[in-house]
Amino acid sequence: MDLLLDAVVIGVLLGCFYAAVSIGLSVSFGLLDVPHVAHPAFLVLASYGVFFLNDRYDIDPLLAGLLITPLLFVFGLAAYRIYYETFERRGTDAAVRGIAFFFGIAFIIEVLIILHFGVDQRSVTASYIGKAWRFGDMRIPFRLVVAFAVATGLTLLLALYLSRTFMGRAIRAVAQDEEAVRLMGANPVRIKQWAFGIATAVLGVAGALLIIVAPVDPTLDRAYIGRTFCVVVMAGLGSMTGTLIASIILGIAETIVLTLFGASWAPAISFALLLGVLAVRPQGLLGRR
Amino acid sequence: MMRRGSIAFWIGAALFPALVFLTTQLISNEYPFFAGYVILQFIVLSVAWSILGGYAGYVNFGTSAFFGVGVYTAVLLFQSLGAPLLVQIAAAALVGALLGFAVGLLTLRMQGIFFSIATIAVTIVIETSVTNWRYLGGAAGIQIQRPPVMAPFHSYVQMLVFVQALLVVLAIVVARYIQNSWIGRGLQALRDDELAAECTGVPTLRLKLLACVVSGALMCAAGAPAAMYLQYADPASAFNLNYSVSVLAMALIGGTSHWAGPVIGAILLGVTQQLLAVTISSEVNVLVLGIMLVVFVVAAPEGIIGLFRKGLRRAGGKA
Repeated sequence: MDLLLDAVVIGVLLGCFYAAVSIGLSVSFGLLDVPHVAHPAFLVLASYGVFFLNDRYDIDPLLAGLLITPLLFVFGLAAYRIYYETFERRGTDAAVRGIAFFFGIAFIIEVLIILHFGVDQRSVTASYIGKAWRFGDMRIPFRLVVAFAVATGLTLLLALYLSRTFMGRAIRAVAQDEEAVRLMGANPVRIKQWAFGIATAVLGVAGALLIIVAPVDPTLDRAYIGRTFCVVVMAGLGSMTGTLIASIILGIAETIVLTLFGASWAPAISFALLLGVLAVRPQGLLGRR
Repeated sequence: MMRRGSIAFWIGAALFPALVFLTTQLISNEYPFFAGYVILQFIVLSVAWSILGGYAGYVNFGTSAFFGVGVYTAVLLFQSLGAPLLVQIAAAALVGALLGFAVGLLTLRMQGIFFSIATIAVTIVIETSVTNWRYLGGAAGIQIQRPPVMAPFHSYVQMLVFVQALLVVLAIVVARYIQNSWIGRGLQALRDDELAAECTGVPTLRLKLLACVVSGALMCAAGAPAAMYLQYADPASAFNLNYSVSVLAMALIGGTSHWAGPVIGAILLGVTQQLLAVTISSEVNVLVLGIMLVVFVVAAPEGIIGLFRKGLRRAGGKA
């Protein structure tokens, strides 16, 4: 029973962290319908950026994440522009080739990381990594608490941005009816490009959290294809509240299976959950369709 | 015209394995066969991929699932019953057909990216199950002792090459049949507009299931001899997503509108990979593959076949 309670607490913390790494995808795939299979690869790339700054200049990982955010924003703007010019505008057959395009990009990023940093696991150093809080028998790693706090903040911030600011509402308007936005005299492509930039920019801090929570290796993005898409699909495409709920469900499911059956089953949980959701309730928990 | 092309095709289909057989008898150096085997294997995989991914437009990321299941079906049969190679391949094809049917049923209503992500999910779930299956060696993998080679072959690898050459012919014959029959036209119709196809009476769901079954059976069959080829199997490499991206790249670079596209793509990329793997490293290998995939998808969406056709049309227009 204690073990189970432990698993649930850790699961909630882990779940909020999953929300932070998934909200970018929730915008780019959930709202903009871009088949962004390379999202986890971008995430791991951001983690390596944080690792580089931490390793070379001894910068705090979270600060490093903030430092690379503008860079990622520009990267996201460029990536969407290329995607739009080559696929969305030409229309025909865009889906098949767009998916292949992002899949190819993901593998290119993976190999570039391997060529530059090697295949070994990398981690960062900071004062809050390695310590733990104790409540009776329960032991909660401090790094998970930091990740939980920052992740929740990031998720809420993005949710507020999308619901309260002018640009955020414009993004959701494009997601709901692109043609109507065009008729109002706004340029939907510019709005989508901006949104994709934001979705990529949040990966700065998310990438920092990824490498704070656990060491990172170049092929880690493969596991996170399952986690991020599981969260976004389960949430119901584009729902921010749903993203948080789905992430916590995934986090708890993972820690419970981990305690009951062992670590060797861990990689399959998010993918199995994803398959289940796709088969049973493809519109997700809080789907708009 | 059609008839003459058809006769040429069947002569080619008969000549190719005969030629491969002849080389196994004449050349005793094993190395070219080690390299050739991999290229033949990728031809089968990408032709099979193209049946679902090319004709029907469903991007399957799960090639590695089918390949790995083929490998482990062979391992299981060999470990438990000592089954001969041909039985292993036939059984793998059967299991592949069943798996294809299951994947098809599960993903019946999924389209676009949802289908693709679901196929990755199937891969990882199966990989994890095999990893936790002690009898098959678990994560550490399993060593396989090859049985003695059968006459008239001198080495086991040469025999595997011949078997894989037969699978190449089989895959191409099946793909060509599908492409030229009502099945292929139906698949292309649902690729262009699934709803419109459904409304005009194309049995879209049944065709998709059929494509999944055929494609899955061929992929598993192509994977089965790999256990004997490597004399070793482990889940991390048998289910490696690199198979998925390689096969996807080969099919799309070659062009998916004709069965010859994936064949050309697989030969081109397969040879390049063999050369790169020898001279540089396997990482650069994947990098070249990824870059070529992205460049082709952006600049030449119809693949090499498309470029070729465009060239022909331009030449014809001038004349």
